[in-house]
Amino acid sequence: MIKPGDLHHADYKSAVTDWAHNSKDWPMKEEIEKLKVKSELELTNLSTEADVYQFKSRYLGRNGSLTSLIKLLRDVDPQERASVGAALNTFKKELEEHIETALLHARFTAKNQRISESRVDVTLPGRKLPLGSRHPITTIAATVIEIFTSLGFEVVEGPEVELDFFNFEALNIPKDHPARDMHDTFYISENTLLRTHTSPVQIRTMKLTNPPVRILCPGKVYRCDSDISHTPMFHQVEGLMVDEDISFGDLKGILTIAVHKIFDEDTRLRFRPSYFPFTEPSAEVDIQCVMCRGKGCRVCSNTGWLEILGSGMVHPQVFRNVGYDPEKVTGFAFGLGIERIAMLKFGINDIRLFFENDFRFLSQF
Amino acid sequence: MLISVNWLKEYVALDISAEKLAEKLIMAGFEVEQITRIGSEWDNVVIGEITDIKRHPQAEKLSLTTVQAGEKTYSVVCGASNIKTGQKVPLALYGASLPTGIKIKTSKIRGEVSQGMLCSEKELGLGDDTSGIMILSPDLATGVPLADRISLADTMFDINITPNRPDCLSVIGLAREIAAILDLPFTAPEVTVGEEGDFIENITSVEICDPDLCPRYTARIIANITIAPSPLWMRRRLETSGIRSINNAVDVTNYVLLEWGQPLHAFDFDLLKGHRIIVKRSIDNEHFVTLDGTERVMSGDALMICDAERPVAIAGIMGGQNSEVIESTRRILLESAYFLPASIRQTSKANGLKTEASQRFEKGIDINSVIPALNRAASLMGRLCGGTIGAGLIDRYPKPLPTAHPIHCSVDRTRKIIGALLTGNQIKECLQRLHMHVEVDGADTLRVIPPSFRVDIYEPVDLIEEVARLTGYEHIPATYPRARVSTSVRDRIHTAPDLARDSMISRGFYEVINYSFINPEHLFSLNLPAQDPRLNTVRILNPLSEMQSILRTTLFPSLLLNLRDNLYHKNTTIKLFEISTVFFAQSREQLPRERKRIAGLLCGLRFGENWDLPRNEADFFDIKGCVETLMDRLQIPAYRFAHDAVEPFLNPQQCLSLIIDNQPIGVLGEVHPDVLEKFDIDRVAYVFDIDFDVLSSISSEQKVLFKPFPRHPAIYRDLALIVDETVAAGTVHHAILSFKNKLIEEVAVFDCFRGSSIETGKKSLAYRIKFQSQTRNLTDDEVNNIQDKLVSHLVKEVGAELRH
Repeated sequence: MIKPGDLHHADYKSAVTDWAHNSKDWPMKEEIEKLKVKSELELTNLSTEADVYQFKSRYLGRNGSLTSLIKLLRDVDPQERASVGAALNTFKKELEEHIETALLHARFTAKNQRISESRVDVTLPGRKLPLGSRHPITTIAATVIEIFTSLGFEVVEGPEVELDFFNFEALNIPKDHPARDMHDTFYISENTLLRTHTSPVQIRTMKLTNPPVRILCPGKVYRCDSDISHTPMFHQVEGLMVDEDISFGDLKGILTIAVHKIFDEDTRLRFRPSYFPFTEPSAEVDIQCVMCRGKGCRVCSNTGWLEILGSGMVHPQVFRNVGYDPEKVTGFAFGLGIERIAMLKFGINDIRLFFENDFRFLSQF
Repeated sequence: MLISVNWLKEYVALDISAEKLAEKLIMAGFEVEQITRIGSEWDNVVIGEITDIKRHPQAEKLSLTTVQAGEKTYSVVCGASNIKTGQKVPLALYGASLPTGIKIKTSKIRGEVSQGMLCSEKELGLGDDTSGIMILSPDLATGVPLADRISLADTMFDINITPNRPDCLSVIGLAREIAAILDLPFTAPEVTVGEEGDFIENITSVEICDPDLCPRYTARIIANITIAPSPLWMRRRLETSGIRSINNAVDVTNYVLLEWGQPLHAFDFDLLKGHRIIVKRSIDNEHFVTLDGTERVMSGDALMICDAERPVAIAGIMGGQNSEVIESTRRILLESAYFLPASIRQTSKANGLKTEASQRFEKGIDINSVIPALNRAASLMGRLCGGTIGAGLIDRYPKPLPTAHPIHCSVDRTRKIIGALLTGNQIKECLQRLHMHVEVDGADTLRVIPPSFRVDIYEPVDLIEEVARLTGYEHIPATYPRARVSTSVRDRIHTAPDLARDSMISRGFYEVINYSFINPEHLFSLNLPAQDPRLNTVRILNPLSEMQSILRTTLFPSLLLNLRDNLYHKNTTIKLFEISTVFFAQSREQLPRERKRIAGLLCGLRFGENWDLPRNEADFFDIKGCVETLMDRLQIPAYRFAHDAVEPFLNPQQCLSLIIDNQPIGVLGEVHPDVLEKFDIDRVAYVFDIDFDVLSSISSEQKVLFKPFPRHPAIYRDLALIVDETVAAGTVHHAILSFKNKLIEEVAVFDCFRGSSIETGKKSLAYRIKFQSQTRNLTDDEVNNIQDKLVSHLVKEVGAELRH
């Protein structure tokens, strides 16, 4: 004789239904007890989350054992129906709680196991994709540009091959002026040359716009000179500020801020008179040697000072050359060499390294 | 310029140390680049008096002398024969280490103790005289260091005199400036000439044919001279100032040049044909041999000093061999002149001949020093060469220089430009210290006349600079401009290079910066066809070398050289890029066309060295990927690649051109092995090169507009297609797009596969296609339907076969 508890669950419903129809005195409560015992036994063997879900569907699924019993309730003797119903309900609640617990347990075990099995040698290097880097000149130029743009200077660029007029004549350096010796010039033709400074960009800008002017001109410049401290090409950033009532004191103020930002706030500055045909008064700006802090060393030739900037009040002749009225406006201009600053900041002792593009050099920045 | 501090002291009573003086000069615009103490070579050499001389008992040619030096007495063995008791001589004592390398120790010479050495000029390193012990002036005190007594000890400044201050290219000029800086009295030298000889106008004449180039020419005649070496003091002054001593007459001219800043020239008067001077322009292509023995070809605009028949000097630059002062010279014509600065500069540059004289003339000398310097030199020649100075002098001054016009200097404007509170009196006092003639002209104005030696002062700002300089820049307070507010937002044109750098760096590329000039050979190595615009190079007229003689029209050669050099240093993976300007020659009147370009080079491992990443060699798709990433980073919307570019320096199978707006703006691909061979590179390398100006301008035009997320889900379908090997993936891709179904939202190839189940000569291309509608949910049936039609389309278009 087939007993509901023995049957494979798939057949359970029909079997139980037949039996219930055939035997009015089928002991429902007994069946519940049996199923309970069986479920408790099975519960102890559940380990994975999947086991728990399978168990759940075996008992509580559409054709699950307990679901089938619940469906038989309507065939139970009405007198007993209430108590059988209560028993079924309690069993169902218990089972659901058990399943929930088993599920939590299974998940917990699974996580622990995954972690304990995940041991790797964490000291091995990561799968790093190698990064390249900016050229140190680019980095320093960007720093300088950022400082001056934050002070309201606008970046302007111009051609590297220039007319003699823009590079020299408009800047108050006529042909046969001895100051041309200060610039060893590469000529392209009688009237064109590789610019020796970025000042021609200032002239071009002033010819196109009216004051006030506050510009910054970065770029490559060229002089025919080549040794440990000179390369035939190097980089400059020049600036120009023109407005009403700009004074030499203002030049000192602005350049002091900028130099403090480029180096550090404790850097001592020295403004000393110099000569540039396009500025007057002109000033060379020295900083206290960053290597020896002014005590005197090889880098500063024992002077304690390093020359880093040329500057001055724009010469009235330059204003006249671009059509500005020197009685109405004044201004200052300055120029600094990027290589020079990069050498000081990075401790580079040979300017030629910048253009050899050796990986042993490039990879350090 | 080298300048002796002792010499300066003859004209200004300095009361501060050399270091302090140097600092004051630096802060007044005279950069003292080096301070050198000289004379320490003669430490332990003292002045001694020979008190006794005996014959050496063992050696006939040696004598035993007793030398008194201050309190002490020394026994010295001496081999010279010119010594007598009572003479003052240099005595090198124990510890002396002479410039000639002689080191003095106490020693025994043939059994007799010698406590030092009596020295000849040569042994002291002071001259070439080896004839005997140097005999010193009898009035020198004994026991004192030799160096202190015969001006061997001095401090030399190496000063960088800026081109605007030629007046300071002399001892007197600098002393005058120092007096102004330190507010000390300046002692102007007085020159007296003892004239004895014949009246000059009776002996010679001077004619100036080109007064535009020679406004003033003066001359004196010195007769009966004896050419000999100069006395030690003069030789020392010249040599420590960097000028070689020649003979007493020539040395005098150089000495006065250093002292007064006035270049002079001494002619052998008896070698001057016709005994006269004519100043005139050269004849074109005239040959002339200068003092240095070089034959020069003069151009027609060079000014020459001639005698009756021929040129005898290049005016203001260098004398000629034909009238040089030599040992036999008995009469000298001494020239002191003023030449037009621009003319001297032109001739000096044209002949590549820069001299002490030319450097002063070209910057402008003081026309009022011409005669004092002439007189000073004449009087020195009289003294040192035993000469007789002829009576009178010739002063031809046909074209007087315009006298300095008064400059009106506003006190208020001076204050405004300097930015310091200076009073009118302070300004006046500054200018007067600088020998300017200053008059108060109204409440705000000073009327200023600069002295003749200040050739750099023309307009008020020149005076303002002087006031600032003498006030001291350190005393001008730093202020901040009250400028109008302005913004300076950096637009994409300026930030595009940084975006591009970020993109390249993140892919492992290092930025390089190469010189703009290259070796033409390297450009030719790219095998460009004759009509290629990149052969329109700009040539430098005066390159440092042929290797740096043309401006780049492409960045490739530089990158290939960088690769070669880095491979040489045993680097295996090299990734580099450069953003720089290239130059294309235009017509003669125009500036070259300049374009900024970005180029990259890739060689070696795709991922670099790593223990767990595949050690794959980078290939074509890596360089293509770099370019694609770059386009994404710069947000370049519509670009395409075409395989129609035939760059002779790229492998024709692996190259592409980059096209924007139907214009090719760049290329990428594998470097042709022929080219690599020429660059001596035995590796495989990939490169790209793109017009960066185009990229940054397109990039700067892009505006980003947010698109809301689609409200309806997408359906993805994978399609594996088998096509002939000859059918390009790009063609298939294009065929899918040409199907033009608007529900097809995206097409991406996700696999390319050959072999195993695929027939030889065919390949499998797998595409993932995204279907999406903006207005409704799509059904599977609908998508299946489109897909079927798409496959038939592809069968027709590219002969594709669906792989099951």
